Amino acid sequence: MRTRSLLLTGAHRLAILAYVVFALFPLFWLLKVSVTPNDLLYSEGVRMWPSRMTFEHFNFVIAHSAFPTFFKNSLIVAGATAVVVTILASLSGYALSRFSFRAKYWIVALMLITQMFPLVMLVAPIFKMLSPLGLTNSLTGLVIVYSAFNVPFATFLMQSFFDGIPKDLEEAAMIDGATQFVAFRQIILPLTLPGIAATLGFVFTAAWSELLFALMLISGNDAATFPVGLLTFVSKFSVDFGQMMAAGVLALIPACLFFLLIQRYLVQGLTAGAVKG
Amino acid sequence: MHQPIKKHRPPLKKRLADASEPYLYSAPALILIVAVMLVPLVVGISYAFRDIQLLNPFSGGFVGLDHFRALGQDEAFYGALRNTLWWTGASVFLQFTFGLILALLLDKPFYGRGLVQALVFLPWAVPSFLAGLNWAWLFNPVIGPLPHWFTALGLMDEPHNILSDPHLAMWGPIAANVWWGIPFFAITLLAALQAIPRDLYEAASIDGAGPVQRFMSITLPFLAPTIAITVLLRTVWISNFADLIVVMTNGGPADRTQIVASYIFTQAFKRLDFGYASAIALVLLALLLVYSMLIVLLRQTMLNKG
Repeated sequence: MRTRSLLLTGAHRLAILAYVVFALFPLFWLLKVSVTPNDLLYSEGVRMWPSRMTFEHFNFVIAHSAFPTFFKNSLIVAGATAVVVTILASLSGYALSRFSFRAKYWIVALMLITQMFPLVMLVAPIFKMLSPLGLTNSLTGLVIVYSAFNVPFATFLMQSFFDGIPKDLEEAAMIDGATQFVAFRQIILPLTLPGIAATLGFVFTAAWSELLFALMLISGNDAATFPVGLLTFVSKFSVDFGQMMAAGVLALIPACLFFLLIQRYLVQGLTAGAVKG
Repeated sequence: MHQPIKKHRPPLKKRLADASEPYLYSAPALILIVAVMLVPLVVGISYAFRDIQLLNPFSGGFVGLDHFRALGQDEAFYGALRNTLWWTGASVFLQFTFGLILALLLDKPFYGRGLVQALVFLPWAVPSFLAGLNWAWLFNPVIGPLPHWFTALGLMDEPHNILSDPHLAMWGPIAANVWWGIPFFAITLLAALQAIPRDLYEAASIDGAGPVQRFMSITLPFLAPTIAITVLLRTVWISNFADLIVVMTNGGPADRTQIVASYIFTQAFKRLDFGYASAIALVLLALLLVYSMLIVLLRQTMLNKG
């Protein structure tokens, strides 16, 4: 019996190790290419680590390219989108969690259907709507579009967090004379901080990576986000993979940091709501 | 609202305020969704019946069902439809299977679980097109290790790029997609697993149920609703998800990896034919709606039984 459980534990750890390697190896390769000098890029293409390391790609990207602008734009867009969506989704998620009202099923259906749109279909109409308002080629326009795309899923996420909080809490407050909104703001919201963190992080990573609309709504370098900027490394005369991968590694940092911080809350919050399925 | 008037009815103003409260909470989100998604969708649907060519100033006329008639004869579209089934089916199945296994592995307490969880969920944070570029790189025999490993394992005669092999090319984007999408399933399923009351398992083992029996009669039934909803959402997302394919193979070689979503993309941005692109998108949307309704019905019957 002892040996059997020891074997099982060993198999468990091995499987975990396999998953970690599988998850990290492509990221390791990205890092490896970004520190490989150009002359070794192909000759040592399949080596695990180049015989010489260099940070010239990082240097070039930070000091001599428009990448810092892209990076700043992306931070602004993703940050603003995350904040806007989290506020809107807390409100609508609360409505779905606490009230039963006529339009509820229609709202849920509408939000589910928005998940099915082939977004390519919306590019031309959105462009035509935003252009007279002066919102194409502007970060504000991107924030508006990304907020709309992310609100439905964020609403479901926030709803599941609210579902995990007992109703008695705000009922008690309301007996003491608070309105429901005051109870929501002062009692329920502070309890859903993990949920808010999870939603912020989820939306931030989604907005950080979006390419299609960034590509279509923005022309010119001033308002470009980094996914668009990264493509400029491809569309030049030759693809400079080292620089591109260095830019990629830099671009990964904020999204990964954010994600590392929030992933635990994501599981927690979904656990709370999952009881109801 | 024709209820008989009762004695202790609150004043009209208060009732109105109560009734409108949920709408006030959801209004900002709804207004945004309607303005930025629903209105453009309706406009987009109207494009499907019009001749919209981006660079042709004389286009814009109403063409009725012409696009759909053309679509009915479009061999490339049927090919893309078959590829979509293959791409979506294989991606969802593999993501789900490996996601479930990962969730089960992470559900057991062990030293360093927090760190491991953070690391294995990391691919989810990688921008999809960067993931695509990176995997295209890994599959390239000159600069990536995978073909050499496949050769060493005897899966290949000599290192070559599967992305340029018509019979194998689809596996490239699928592999990238599985890598990228496992965390989504693992996160949601792990959350559902942790919500299962532990005493159920204890009671079952006291009654002599083995691990397989416990999994079949406790874990699976508890997970079923979550599985249904996540599989539904993922299927819809993945069949619309063209980023990896556009970046890695651009639909080639010989259209073997062209899915409907990337075909729409090609029609819209390479041929600038937004009318035809919208018609294809409308067909895809209709198919996804039918599929989702089937899943929702299935889930409803499952919930009613349980």
